[in-house]
Amino acid sequence: MMTPGIVIIGGGMAAARACINLRASDYEGPITFVSEETLLPYDRPPLSKSSIMEEGEPQPIYLLEPDIVASLKVDARLGVAAQKIDRASKTITLMDGSVIPYTKLLMATGAKPRSLGPHALTLRDHRDTLTLREKFIPHKSIVIIGGGFIGLELASSAIKRGCKVTLIEAQPRILMRGVPEPIAKIIHDRHLSAGVDLLVGTGIEEIAAHHVKLKDGRVISADTIIAGIGASPEVRLAQEAGLAIENGIACNAMMQTSDPDIYAAGDCASFEHQQFGKRLRLEAWRSAQEQSATAVANMLGASKAHVAVPWFWSDQYELGLQIAGMADAGPVTITRQPAEGALLLFHVALDGKLMGVSGIGPGNSIARDVKLAEMMIAKGMSPTAEALADASVPLKNLLKG
Amino acid sequence: MTNWIEACAADAVNNEDVIRFDHGGQTFAIYRSPDDKYYATDGLCTHEKIHLCDGLVMDNIIECPKHNGRFDYSTGQAKGAPCIVNLKSYPTKVEGGKVFIALS
Repeated sequence: MMTPGIVIIGGGMAAARACINLRASDYEGPITFVSEETLLPYDRPPLSKSSIMEEGEPQPIYLLEPDIVASLKVDARLGVAAQKIDRASKTITLMDGSVIPYTKLLMATGAKPRSLGPHALTLRDHRDTLTLREKFIPHKSIVIIGGGFIGLELASSAIKRGCKVTLIEAQPRILMRGVPEPIAKIIHDRHLSAGVDLLVGTGIEEIAAHHVKLKDGRVISADTIIAGIGASPEVRLAQEAGLAIENGIACNAMMQTSDPDIYAAGDCASFEHQQFGKRLRLEAWRSAQEQSATAVANMLGASKAHVAVPWFWSDQYELGLQIAGMADAGPVTITRQPAEGALLLFHVALDGKLMGVSGIGPGNSIARDVKLAEMMIAKGMSPTAEALADASVPLKNLLKG
Repeated sequence: MTNWIEACAADAVNNEDVIRFDHGGQTFAIYRSPDDKYYATDGLCTHEKIHLCDGLVMDNIIECPKHNGRFDYSTGQAKGAPCIVNLKSYPTKVEGGKVFIALS
């Protein structure tokens, strides 16, 4: 039997960063990572955006190139799923029957798109992007179900490729979860001006091969139907191994599961965020990296709580959206207009503490201000409402007090 | 011989800030440090070619506005994930209230 070492289940950002961080932290034991995908870990954000829009066949943007895998001495088991975790013997068994012993195990299994059945495509991996590219042909009718980030980014990409796009959202508005209404409205209007037929507050009655029937009786014909209705954390292995599950693999503030030798990071994990006083599960690129770093540090003996302020972005057309902190933790909204066509909303708690910031504008125009607000959130600062609202007051001055 | 190119007026860059400068089909970032020294690097992040001029300057660090990659702008050195490749940096000088960068 092989020497037990650190084993990582999953092949995305959290897994890739764990391999790099383990070696950067001078861990010298064996590292094995197991991924169902046949490709080495690659960046997923482009899958709904540049990989669809670019002219030539897109190549995955690898997070671990083969030579880096070799130099890190990582045993990469690709194209094979893990079948089970045996916590008593501290081993995992793969679908091909091989058994790998672990000292510590990192669950980085990600999230799977929710399905709406056989007629609606979903987007999760590079192969899905290649499939969508073949469908995104000029003048074809693309019907997207779900007005979340994936659906909206795909709508933007399909328009860029010359498709006719209908987007259907059952909620009264797009981006109900986590994006304040004034910013959702800017995005909504931008999709309308781009020619997207945006139907909100409309449920789906039936999805057939070439049409979608709405609850109100309308029938929308489609060459391609895509479901973008959110993702479910991939918890099967953890659940079958008896780990605590709570909207994802339940972790404490140190990204440690209910088994002290098993950690989790990324889309599959929920954890206690001390600053926001609640359990969070984040489906975000930077969060996956940060959680992975916390998990690795703690696997190697630290006892670090995960305190990073959540942050994510979305790009649609020329617009860049960024959100940091927790918008819903701040019931008071303060508006700042930093420039024409840009908007920043600060989300402030009743005690005056800044809890979140949401920004939108052309390109990366609001990035700097969102970053400064994120730093104020991390410090638990309570800038005055007047200063936050006044675009002539640099946020850097507020941060430096 | 050093090829000094006029990039901008010295007061066009705020203290602890960055602006974009385009020249000869290339894009550069011109920085002014908290102690009023001027620095220049390539203008695009080495990770995904994002314009660094929209990023945040804090002390001697520029942070990419898109994916939070960081560089020490005084040397061009990448300061960790997702940036691995250093930024090319260029010598600068200030003369007559103008910032010049050296392209070789």
